[in-house]
Amino acid sequence: MLKTFPKGGVHPAEGKYSANNAIETLPLPKTVSIPIAQHIGAPSKPVVDKGDKVKVGDKIAESAGFVSANIHSSVSGTVVKIDNVMDSTGYKRPCVIIDVEGDEWNESIDRSTDLKKEISLTDKEIINKINESGIVGLGGATFPSHVKLSVPDGKKIDVLIINGVECEPYLTSDHRLMLEKAEEMLIGIQILMKALNVNVALIGVENNKPDAISNLQNIVKDYPGIEVHALKVQYPQGGEKQLIKALINREVPSGGLPLDVGAVVHNVGTALAVYEAVQKNKPLFERVVTLTGKSVKKPSNFMVRIGTPVSNLVEAAGGLPEDTGKIINGGPMMGKAVNSLEIPVVKGTSGILIMPAELSKRKKESNCIRCAKCVSVCPQGLEPYLLNKLALLEKNDKLEAGGVMDCIECGSCSYTCPAGLPLLDYIRLGKSRVSQIIRSRKQ
Amino acid sequence: MSTIILFTIISLSAIGAIAAIILYFAAQKFKVFEDPRIDQVEENLPAANCGGCGYPGCRGFAEALVKSDDISDLYCPVGGNDTMSKVAEILGKAVEAKDPLVAVIRCSGSPEHRKKVNSYDGASTCVIVSGLYSGETACQYGCHGLGDCVEVCDFEAIYMDKETELPVVIDDACTACGACVKACPNDIIELRKKNKKDRKIFVSCVNMDKGGIAKKACDVACIGCKACVKVCAYDAIVVENFLAYIDPVKCKLCRKCVEVCPTNSILEINFPPRKVKPAQPVGEAEAKETPARSTGEKENDNNIINQEG
Repeated sequence: MLKTFPKGGVHPAEGKYSANNAIETLPLPKTVSIPIAQHIGAPSKPVVDKGDKVKVGDKIAESAGFVSANIHSSVSGTVVKIDNVMDSTGYKRPCVIIDVEGDEWNESIDRSTDLKKEISLTDKEIINKINESGIVGLGGATFPSHVKLSVPDGKKIDVLIINGVECEPYLTSDHRLMLEKAEEMLIGIQILMKALNVNVALIGVENNKPDAISNLQNIVKDYPGIEVHALKVQYPQGGEKQLIKALINREVPSGGLPLDVGAVVHNVGTALAVYEAVQKNKPLFERVVTLTGKSVKKPSNFMVRIGTPVSNLVEAAGGLPEDTGKIINGGPMMGKAVNSLEIPVVKGTSGILIMPAELSKRKKESNCIRCAKCVSVCPQGLEPYLLNKLALLEKNDKLEAGGVMDCIECGSCSYTCPAGLPLLDYIRLGKSRVSQIIRSRKQ
Repeated sequence: MSTIILFTIISLSAIGAIAAIILYFAAQKFKVFEDPRIDQVEENLPAANCGGCGYPGCRGFAEALVKSDDISDLYCPVGGNDTMSKVAEILGKAVEAKDPLVAVIRCSGSPEHRKKVNSYDGASTCVIVSGLYSGETACQYGCHGLGDCVEVCDFEAIYMDKETELPVVIDDACTACGACVKACPNDIIELRKKNKKDRKIFVSCVNMDKGGIAKKACDVACIGCKACVKVCAYDAIVVENFLAYIDPVKCKLCRKCVEVCPTNSILEINFPPRKVKPAQPVGEAEAKETPARSTGEKENDNNIINQEG
């Protein structure tokens, strides 16, 4: 029996068209626009000005607080301006715009491809290095990684969980990394284990990636303490709380963090970024992005510099299909449609999905028939139909009592609703209202 | 048989009498004194229970009026000065007469002026759209046109114009309760002074982008050129973040700013037609009489991309 989380979940069509296509390096764009807010937390402060020359890996914006992250230039060239540009949030936000000239890297970055296995830094030094390199959770939530590694006093962490589930349909960037960069990733995991002082690391991979699982299982023998587990194909298996429940059978309490049950979860992409930062001194300025879709000519996995316009990726994958109905930043379940192809790739962009028009229409809305399908698929054990209604009526106290803050916004309820109700839209609205109330209560 | 009935009647009356005595003393003991003026005041309030005064319903407002010594800060926008002076008479407190207000919609971005660049088919509420992205047009500040303001209006004073896809305020029905102002996620609706004959001059735009970007997104956007500031004799106009704002108190309704605005983003409403000056070409003067704008050049729609969360 494969491990899984105990309640809820759905299994949408997988559509992993790009799974067998190796990672290609995307040619450099002419200009990049690098948003100063790419992570959860305070937006960074730009430290460059118009006209400055920068090299690849130079710091261009500085972390503005503990929960924040440094941002580094992904190209070499001249800073043209700092201006508001439409980014993946759908709003114009401040970006550092750089004209690309050549590809000159900062001298301190080790560009060789040899594996470097010995970890010379101490745990404190590792966390500093990760902070300095601007590493954030690359699974999509972009929570600054050094914050997760800085365990508060009184908390004991005994297991590191590595998320290689990639439960979102269509996306394959983590899958390719586990096939092509497994060795580096495992060293990255060892570095994370050292930073956290734990002896056990569990890698969870969904069972629809047998090649990645066997590849990891072969290499992992040389790395004591690390285990690979195949998990049932069930969305949202990759949700932090679901993964912890599936792998170590501990339940994160309502309102709590994985820290509270002695676990820390990092994505496989983050583990690789940690390896590159600590062993090769390379800050986070590029990532793997899947460009895929049913009618895309060449579904691909690209290694992309942060700030590259999405249109470049679309071009490299054979252009925009004629029947395009919707372009989604992220996967089909949790991703968000974009309204421009000029938005830049950011640290959290795991994929760009091009949906044909026939698949991008919403179901026609009708009345709730009380079938309770949303209740049975909710992995958090909530009652989405009720939360939807309460959010509509602005009953914020009842929403809070109904556990709206425990919603992980996986979208299983909206996916399954036979009445086509936009359940998650209203729940998210209610959640933002309630979180405002909670914040004002704390002050 | 008759004794049973007799006993029943006697015992029930005895229980009733005892209960009545207990209840009488309890009522005396737990008596709550309520100021009779609260009822009096409440009778004079409009009973709309709209919350426009900031209190939960008319009863709550009446209690607040009776309780506080200085009621000059309290105001019922629905009843207006008449109601407030009646209340003042009952309570023997002083109130200041306030200018009546009316809601105005500060966006003129009809599809004719503001091209749609994508289409949204998600939950039909402005507040959800604004949480997801900048909207169907290239202007991230303007009206989403899904009618959250219409939904919250208790007085049926706003409706959606199907042609312009913008809300329209019915001035006579609007009580300035402020519900629409709170409901609008983009802060488009403002309560402004209700002048004589409902005359209004205001900047019908909230776009804070630089002139070029604003103009590209919408033909009738304020581009922050400051032409209106220069022409205003009363210092009533300020430009901040590339957006002009006319102070309703300082404005003397001279209409000079309306004439000079290059994008026609300043509206004049309920004014009589202007006299045609001999020096001015006739066509131009006529064009300025009504708030309706000339049609902009129609561009082909770009790629229409569906938008949803």
